[in-house]
Amino acid sequence: MSKDVEREKQIEEGAARTNATYGAPSPLVTAFERGERPEWASELIQAFGELTIIVPRERIVEACTYLKTTPGLEFNFLADICGADRGPEEEPRFEVNYHLFSTTKYHRLRLKVLLSDEDTHVPTVTGVWRTANWHERETFDMFGVIFDGHPDLRRILLPDDWKGHALRKDFPLRGYEPYSLT
Amino acid sequence: MGLENKIAEALPEVLTTRLDALVNWARKSSLWPATFGLACCAIEMMAVTDSRHDLARFGSEVFRASPRQADVMIVSGRVSRKMAPVLRRIYDQMPEPKWVISMGACATSGGVFDNYAIVQGVDKIVPVDVYIPRCPPRPEMLIHAVMMLQEKIMKESLRERRDVPEEDAREAVPPGTLPGSGISATNEAAAQETPSRPYTIASRHERRRSS
Repeated sequence: MSKDVEREKQIEEGAARTNATYGAPSPLVTAFERGERPEWASELIQAFGELTIIVPRERIVEACTYLKTTPGLEFNFLADICGADRGPEEEPRFEVNYHLFSTTKYHRLRLKVLLSDEDTHVPTVTGVWRTANWHERETFDMFGVIFDGHPDLRRILLPDDWKGHALRKDFPLRGYEPYSLT
Repeated sequence: MGLENKIAEALPEVLTTRLDALVNWARKSSLWPATFGLACCAIEMMAVTDSRHDLARFGSEVFRASPRQADVMIVSGRVSRKMAPVLRRIYDQMPEPKWVISMGACATSGGVFDNYAIVQGVDKIVPVDVYIPRCPPRPEMLIHAVMMLQEKIMKESLRERRDVPEEDAREAVPPGTLPGSGISATNEAAAQETPSRPYTIASRHERRRSS
């Protein structure tokens, strides 16, 4: 038990150290602290010098456009979109994470959209960053998250005739049936 | 330089041999591999042709990028589900006679990748002549496999490798087509009428094995 407490203390110290190391908080954080919370941000999480904002899914395009175009933020680079399955028993079950980066301001931000099992629809952000196209296809392929308005939502990694979504927690490790042509 | 003269003097003018032996000798002495480098085993396969190991000593160094010019397919590495129809198509495009070497644990059995994405052994897709174990095999092991294949070829008979009857070839769907993929999408009624179409033209190799 004492070991766990010690470990937690170490993690906290580490987090404080990283927060201190990674310089001044982004303008977004200072805005938050002044109480100017944008409408699309439902929660703000800070850990290890990383900033995560949880966004309701109907505001995600608005949020992305704001972050890309606002002077001082200028998140002009979408580094990654990835899904996550917390497990069939969790609610909300799915996450979609958007990792943003600014090549001019050199800061990073993570947006997180939470989805329930029954309704895995998210508006596409291909209109904001064109690179979202393939990232969203991959997330659809692996997790079955459907990006509404996507120009070409096909599978990208798995074969076209694949059944199910491979990175869901309830997908059997060996697939549904052994593969054989003979 | 005199050698030809010596041989010509020593040998009779007419030599007799079995046709099988002559043809098999010709085939085994010039095996042209089609590379199917899929993973780390491919690096060892490349090493086989270098100056240290020199597969050329066994008449098998001419790696071909085109399946039309190849005899042996060396499947080196893990075969993913998505690559499987491609591999089968390349195999179908190789002219007879053709052989397959399954190189490494992954190609042979899926190896450590016992999961949904990897085919559990390339023999689920194409008939395999020689399996090589280990992860990855040493280049010497691939050379050994080629030599074993050569021994196997010497035991073959021409009678076992007859042509595919023409009517079978006409019936077959284009090589590499997934079962039911093309046909059912465009014309479901036609697919229902001919449910027992062969997936692809069975190679002579496979016919021999099944009969």
